[in-house]
Amino acid sequence: MSGTASSARQARSGGGWQTLLADLKQVRASILILLALLIFNALFTPYFLSVQTLNVNLTQVATIIIVAMGMTLVIATGGVDLSVGSLMAISGVLAPLIFLNPVFAGAQWLGIALAFVVPVLVAGAFGVLNGLFVTRLKLQPIVATLVLYIAGRGIAQVITNGQLQSFSTPGFSYIGLGRPFGIPFQVILMLVIVALTYWAVRRTVFGRSVLAVGGNETAAGLSGIPVARVKVAVYAISGLLAGIAGLIVIAINSSSDANQVGQGMELDAIAAVAVGGTLLAGGRAQVLGTLFGALIIQLIRFTLLAKGVPDAAALVVKAAIIIIAVALQQRRRRE
Amino acid sequence: MLNTNLTGDPRRARLLSLLGQYGVLAAFILLIIFGSLRYEGFLSAYNFSTFLRYNAMFGLISLGMCFVIITGGIDLSVGSVVALSSVVAALLSPYGVVVAVLGAVAAGALVGVINGLIITRLNIQPFIVTLATLLGARGVALLLARNQGGVGLDPGNTALTWLGQGDLLRLPVPGVILLIAFVVGGVALRYSPFGRHALAIGGGEDASKLMGLNVGRVLLGVYVLSGALAGLAGMILAAQLGAGQPTEGLGWELSAIAAVVVGGTLLTGGTGSVWSTLVGALLLGLIFNILNFENGKGIISLSPYWQSVIRGGFLLLVVVIQSRTGRRGRA
Repeated sequence: MSGTASSARQARSGGGWQTLLADLKQVRASILILLALLIFNALFTPYFLSVQTLNVNLTQVATIIIVAMGMTLVIATGGVDLSVGSLMAISGVLAPLIFLNPVFAGAQWLGIALAFVVPVLVAGAFGVLNGLFVTRLKLQPIVATLVLYIAGRGIAQVITNGQLQSFSTPGFSYIGLGRPFGIPFQVILMLVIVALTYWAVRRTVFGRSVLAVGGNETAAGLSGIPVARVKVAVYAISGLLAGIAGLIVIAINSSSDANQVGQGMELDAIAAVAVGGTLLAGGRAQVLGTLFGALIIQLIRFTLLAKGVPDAAALVVKAAIIIIAVALQQRRRRE
Repeated sequence: MLNTNLTGDPRRARLLSLLGQYGVLAAFILLIIFGSLRYEGFLSAYNFSTFLRYNAMFGLISLGMCFVIITGGIDLSVGSVVALSSVVAALLSPYGVVVAVLGAVAAGALVGVINGLIITRLNIQPFIVTLATLLGARGVALLLARNQGGVGLDPGNTALTWLGQGDLLRLPVPGVILLIAFVVGGVALRYSPFGRHALAIGGGEDASKLMGLNVGRVLLGVYVLSGALAGLAGMILAAQLGAGQPTEGLGWELSAIAAVVVGGTLLTGGTGSVWSTLVGALLLGLIFNILNFENGKGIISLSPYWQSVIRGGFLLLVVVIQSRTGRRGRA
């Protein structure tokens, strides 16, 4: 606890840049791996250093990073959220139902505005439900979120009866296809969410509470932190972010497929968090580490594809990277 | 972990604990009675056989998962191992049934060895390690299948097909395999040093070490067991469908975890029952079966998508009852 207190004091007095530097230092292993990958590609992959390549990689990884931010907070409390992929599917099927609804034929802007808000709130509400399973019913997080992992995709499929919903609604698709100043909109969104999460963890009472709950729940409770509320909040945030990611995915595809949206996202997000140096035991949250972890996984996949290695082999490499990255970080921590 | 609600009335406590212990079994029996009264053909040999053929695979991976969870671990790789082993069985099918079966089981066991060694030697959490091998095993399965949707079995290898589609003493062969596996597993957990040590490790890893148990070897053992059983399930899958299936088994690990949880084994380890796990796995399968029959009656029509909603709701119901009754699995 004393370490937490002193770093909190430092965060308040020492200014943001020092905290940022200290945090970057903590995840230097992932930064080094990322740099090595960048240099390798710059030297050996033709056209790697182009805006287009950058945009391709960032758009592919943006949804993973957005979801992984929520996952980082959940894991920091010692939990895990397996339901994010299914919540993406729910949000993804709700949005077209809203903006394609004939009710809004006269006022499409209203339909689109609601399509941005309602699905995300619904996903957030399911996140609250996850949190209540964990806090009220005292279910283990894996089991608690397994319920919505199984049922959530079913709910999305039932809503649309498994049908694909195609659409061409530029106003809505902006979230996935828009390019203000040449930068993909979802990348800007991602950066904002990363910055907000980082700020929340480092500079807010809520962030401190998340770490305290994950570090020692009993102690956190005794020192007056509303443990249950903090936990419900992290699952709610995870749900909200999954909802946003669901909207981005369907906007990119110009269609919403309840069977596909967010499939396997929980694993990608957990992998990013683990590679980024946040231990699954809780009590720590390497927000920047998660960002770099997701970028590493993405860049490896891109590198292998660029070298003509089939996607199947890339899976094997991804597996090895996860193990190696986690093993390296554990060793460093023990030293 | 004793439930705090249970202070006071000992008779009420006893009743609740009985409900906790036999609730899942009771639900299973009640569902069967319900089904047999309501649906024609529910108790038919055909339904029994197709039910067991399909659910035997889930039963096998749930058995392995049960052992892993008893030690306080988790094995997310089993779904991918099923796919990998089905491909291996198909590729080895021209060399005879023994080679194909052993090859499939060995492939699964090998993934288990990798899981176990990384977990025990590098001290990485089982969740992360098996998450990685989930990806890796799927990749190897796709590579071996050369990215084809399926790898056909050698049609000459009728013995292998029999293992998936045949009958033995009027029982479907996968069902017989499942039964043998569970008898062996049940005896092993209750009476063998391996089973007792697994329970001890789940109860307290540090204490077990101090008692002189070879924790590393037991942990390695449970992951190898889980992998091998998933390999067996993969062999059955290939035999049933006549082809190795590199893209099958997606999410099966979570079904297996659900079955173990429904069976009342806590994810924290230290307790668990092999038989409750079997009932849990069959119960989840039975819900599918009943829904199919209900749709067949044509009174209400539920799309197949309702199945996962109902399964999720059922899982919730079971764990809520468990948390209320303070049930702990028995060894």
